[in-house]
Amino acid sequence: MFRNQYDTDVTTWSPAGRLFQVEYAMEAVKQSSAAIGLRSKTHVVLACVNKASSELSSHQKKIFKVDDHIGVAIAGLTADGHVLSRYMRNECINYNFTYESPLPVGRLVVQLADKAQVCTQRSWKRSYGVGVLVAGLDESGAHLYYNCPSGNYFEYQAFAIGSRWQAAMTYLERRFENFMDSSREDLIKDALISVRETLQEEKLQISVCTVAVVGVGEPFHILDQETVRKLIDTFEIVREDGSPAPEPGDAAPDLGEAAPAAAAEEGAAPMDI
Amino acid sequence: MTKQQANWSPYDNNGGSCVAIAGADYCVIAADTRMSTGYNILTRECSKITKLADKCMMASSGFQADVKALQKLLAARHLIYQHQHNKQMSCPAMAQLLSNTLYYKRFFPYYSFNVLGGLDSEGKGCVYTYDAVGSYERVGYSSQGSGSTLIMPFLDNQLKSPSPLLLPAQDAVTPLSESEAVDLVKTVFASATERDIYTGDKLEIVVVNAEGIRSEYMDLRKD
Repeated sequence: MFRNQYDTDVTTWSPAGRLFQVEYAMEAVKQSSAAIGLRSKTHVVLACVNKASSELSSHQKKIFKVDDHIGVAIAGLTADGHVLSRYMRNECINYNFTYESPLPVGRLVVQLADKAQVCTQRSWKRSYGVGVLVAGLDESGAHLYYNCPSGNYFEYQAFAIGSRWQAAMTYLERRFENFMDSSREDLIKDALISVRETLQEEKLQISVCTVAVVGVGEPFHILDQETVRKLIDTFEIVREDGSPAPEPGDAAPDLGEAAPAAAAEEGAAPMDI
Repeated sequence: MTKQQANWSPYDNNGGSCVAIAGADYCVIAADTRMSTGYNILTRECSKITKLADKCMMASSGFQADVKALQKLLAARHLIYQHQHNKQMSCPAMAQLLSNTLYYKRFFPYYSFNVLGGLDSEGKGCVYTYDAVGSYERVGYSSQGSGSTLIMPFLDNQLKSPSPLLLPAQDAVTPLSESEAVDLVKTVFASATERDIYTGDKLEIVVVNAEGIRSEYMDLRKD
């Protein structure tokens, strides 16, 4: 994408009928570290890659709990994501106060989308520079939505956003037909493998990724490091001989061999709480 | 020509009594479950006690509509606190929040007489007592509601804690054990039920200690 004369204001159309500012906002999402979501009939899993600006700093928080039954993972301008999470939390609290029941996910997602749309039609505003993966559970089941800076939203079986999202999507497209009936554990493993796909050269370690789950009888929460480390270990994401990782549902390989290289360099990044 | 008076009041008194007693490592909060209006009983099984945070319970008597509104508001505020601070509110923090919330409606008050009970940040029992507009104080024990005039003198007799003005400051919590405090509460309510028409039916007792929260019930006279 290169600069042109129609991209200065969000309120200027291009002759081809595009709003470049909005598209540039979506670029911000593509440049950030990856976030992935998958869902089954009963559970939704969010996983994201943690990026820290340096070894000395803590990593940015990309997964937020919105309510017991809804959580989000963001990619893009984290500050914008923080503001939107606060909005979503407020909406959930207010709805619960009035109706004494949890806010249906589909309703929240529409409100979020409309909020994003406002920024695409005001000359004194800019779009939110963040893509939001909304994972939630309500009476109609488990849902995963993606909210775009443009104000569009879609429901997904599985989706990946952020840098190298195509790599994760390739894996998800191969496997998505199994997701609906997946067990909770298999769903989490698929999420971790998708995260690994976006990492390419790096090893999948607990310091690099965060995983969160919401499901029937299970309020939204971020899995602790120990649990994630065990899951990574149990299916040997990285083998020393470079062969691809066994996918969940394949015959379990003998776990004695190939000391998981992932475990060797584990340990929280400095300032990780 | 005498001044015109309102012939409709936004308030009603649904009666009932609440008590809270703080111990060294526990807190007992109790309230009857009768809800009345005038000389009628609306229900014999209405709880006046609510959990505001992990180690913080509130018992309120007065106008139950205002009580319910207040409980919902505090629950929502607690949720916001948890999102922002990633932890539960402590009892002293909740006590201050309740006070501010009540004073916010200084000129159209919540007709709610509250007693907050729980464990403070050190795990010691704490009780806070309020008036309708938020004036509050940490004490070793308290009672509110229609039976409080009957209950309070008895608690003073059994538990009188040193005045907070006494120097050096002494612990206001009772040296009684948890089961002794629960027995005292049962005795106190049985007596109050005898003479206060608005107190009776059933007694709900909640005990907060290091292990968590447990509830107990006791029948009271139904007349």
